[in-house]
Amino acid sequence: MFFKIMSDLERIVVLAGGLSPEREVSLRSGDRVRDALAEVGIHAVVADADAALLSILRANPPSAVFPAIHGVCGEDGAIREVLGLLGVPYVGSVASACQMAFDKPTAKALTAAAGLVTPPSVTLPRETFHDLGAAAVIDLIVAKLGLPLYVKPSRGGSALGAGAVRTAADLPAAVLSCFAYGDTALIERFISGTEVAVGVVDLGQGPQALPAVEIVPGEGAYDYAARYTAGKTEFYVPARLPVAVADEVARIAIAAHTVLGLRDLSRTDLIVDETGTAWFLEVNVSPGMTETSTLPLALEASGHPFGRTCVRLLEQAVTRGA
Amino acid sequence: MTPEPQPTSQPQRIDRYVGQYAERAVGMVASEIRALFAVAARPEIVSLAGGSPYVAALPLEVVGDMVGQLIAGQGATALQYCTAQGDAGLRERICDVMALEQIRAHPDEVVVTVGSQQALDLMARIFVDPGDVVLVEAPSYVGALGAFASYQADVVHVAMDDDGLIPEALEEAIRRTAATGRRAKFLYTVPNFHNPAGVTLAAGRRHRILDICHRAGLLVVEDNPYGLLGFDGEPMRALRADDTDGVVYLGTFSKTFAAGVRVGWAVAPTAIREKLILAAESAVLCHSSFSQLTVREYLNTQPWHEQIKDFRELYRERRDATLSGLAGMMPSGCHWTRPAGGFYVWLRLPDGINAKAMLPRAISSRVAYVPGTGFYADGSGGQYARLCYSLPDPDRIGEGIRRLAAVIETEMQLRDDFGPMSAS
Repeated sequence: MFFKIMSDLERIVVLAGGLSPEREVSLRSGDRVRDALAEVGIHAVVADADAALLSILRANPPSAVFPAIHGVCGEDGAIREVLGLLGVPYVGSVASACQMAFDKPTAKALTAAAGLVTPPSVTLPRETFHDLGAAAVIDLIVAKLGLPLYVKPSRGGSALGAGAVRTAADLPAAVLSCFAYGDTALIERFISGTEVAVGVVDLGQGPQALPAVEIVPGEGAYDYAARYTAGKTEFYVPARLPVAVADEVARIAIAAHTVLGLRDLSRTDLIVDETGTAWFLEVNVSPGMTETSTLPLALEASGHPFGRTCVRLLEQAVTRGA
Repeated sequence: MTPEPQPTSQPQRIDRYVGQYAERAVGMVASEIRALFAVAARPEIVSLAGGSPYVAALPLEVVGDMVGQLIAGQGATALQYCTAQGDAGLRERICDVMALEQIRAHPDEVVVTVGSQQALDLMARIFVDPGDVVLVEAPSYVGALGAFASYQADVVHVAMDDDGLIPEALEEAIRRTAATGRRAKFLYTVPNFHNPAGVTLAAGRRHRILDICHRAGLLVVEDNPYGLLGFDGEPMRALRADDTDGVVYLGTFSKTFAAGVRVGWAVAPTAIREKLILAAESAVLCHSSFSQLTVREYLNTQPWHEQIKDFRELYRERRDATLSGLAGMMPSGCHWTRPAGGFYVWLRLPDGINAKAMLPRAISSRVAYVPGTGFYADGSGGQYARLCYSLPDPDRIGEGIRRLAAVIETEMQLRDDFGPMSAS
């Protein structure tokens, strides 16, 4: 078995970096994947998505690529489209599925149509506020959705440009912060409860949900600092949920993965409210793989060593081909 | 109905030592701004952010040969420990450099440091207890603020104008500090081509500032990385040249030779100097002999005066490109300083625009700057941005300013759309 892996995975490229604000996170994810592969005897190189990438991939075509780029380019399907053009096998979802998943309103609409519960929301580009008058639009939003609200860019991750709003007076500032990271805002009803992330991996037997990871930020929100500063957030694996609710969040994560046509791995973020209702928030096609990310925690907790899992995903990509 | 069992699960915090860190480490967390700067370092971005010197202008082959000869001829010394005060030969040459700013110093008065940044750390280490007041300009160098914060100083900003530190504001800050029953430990100032403000302390104010500090018994820390990079006339006379007892002078080769060698120095009154040496010894035992001898050989064997002239001309051209671009492209409501040397323009954005909040959009538009908030201990300064012109060539500077102007215009539109509501 080991010799087979070595022959199939002769040249592995981990894609990391990119030009989105999540570049730093992506580089950490990429290094972690490379190191985990090295621990199980697979040599991988980390490459950035820049002007040199195509030359690198053409000059020495890899056995497979492990995309670990987050945000625009990494998760919107663009880089996978290019890998498809090159005929290079890669881990993860195809471009068209990424496009649907990365656009949060689209993902919400598709999962809602499949029966999942997701917070009521509106999606508005900044031009709408300009053309119709921000005050009037904001009044309408508050009247329709109520308070508190949660504002985030319609595309993007790591909670950049995202935040909760408790009063109507705070909403304009939150929308402005959101527009710093993107031109379209997703404004949804804030659901108070237990924050959980559920990873899904498909190692050849269909998508399997990993144990839910419960996220308890040390202070305030699960913002950028809380996500990427070791020690600022407590994680419980498995989440401290009643068994039925844990089963439900697993079902939702698999449903989201399936409905959106995702492949290999994904991570679904949810809130479980005080009644036990699990609300779908968003799904990530290139989940964080850093030391403080939830997917590697869940893999280890469920008996899937991180490095071996990455190898298995790469093997599947090679077998599948471009 | 039997309640469903809850799984038992122990919390994981990734960092097993959380709760054991010193209080001063509390603020050491991941930040969105630092994440954005990771993108700014990419070549696709026109970076007007980092204050890096254009070391590519050095005769790198010549420097390479020089370093090779250094190791071949003096390797046993260059690769060995040395004293905490630093190499004696280098300290002699440092005195030659300071003579250009009319400082007369003996090599024994010089302490070599790891860039001037370590001198800032050492000064804070020997003077600052938690809560002690340190006076700094408004705005002030971010690296100094970081060093002072790590010793839990209470940093008090003193206003500047186009002629640098305002004497009356300094007097007022000293008075206000005294009114709280405290005395500031020192005044930290960058008198020439200020980082980030780009202004220079006017000659007419220098004696006044020294006089105010002398009367108040206030030590002055004169940080002068850019003093030899003036675009007009001779270098300004250093504060230290007029007050050897009341001024600790900090210098560096980072801007006049190479930032990567990490060689700076401090010149201080005797008692302070002795403490600096002991503090340096406890911090690093001694500095890099290799770096020190590299600088010494450079000063001994290379035309360093000429190299500084070349740097001046190069930076003058980039300063001109920056000012010309700003004048031609910035929307109304923007104001900026006009530096006579150094690396920086301090840009004031139109009312209601926050440079920190605008940075993600700027990065998306592939231009970077440093938001003004980094230069104030209290996080104010959001209306300002530091533009550094030392690294990009004039064409790239023009392109960067074009992109920045478009970003500011978008922000102004957003401000107009949301501003009245934000104010209500």
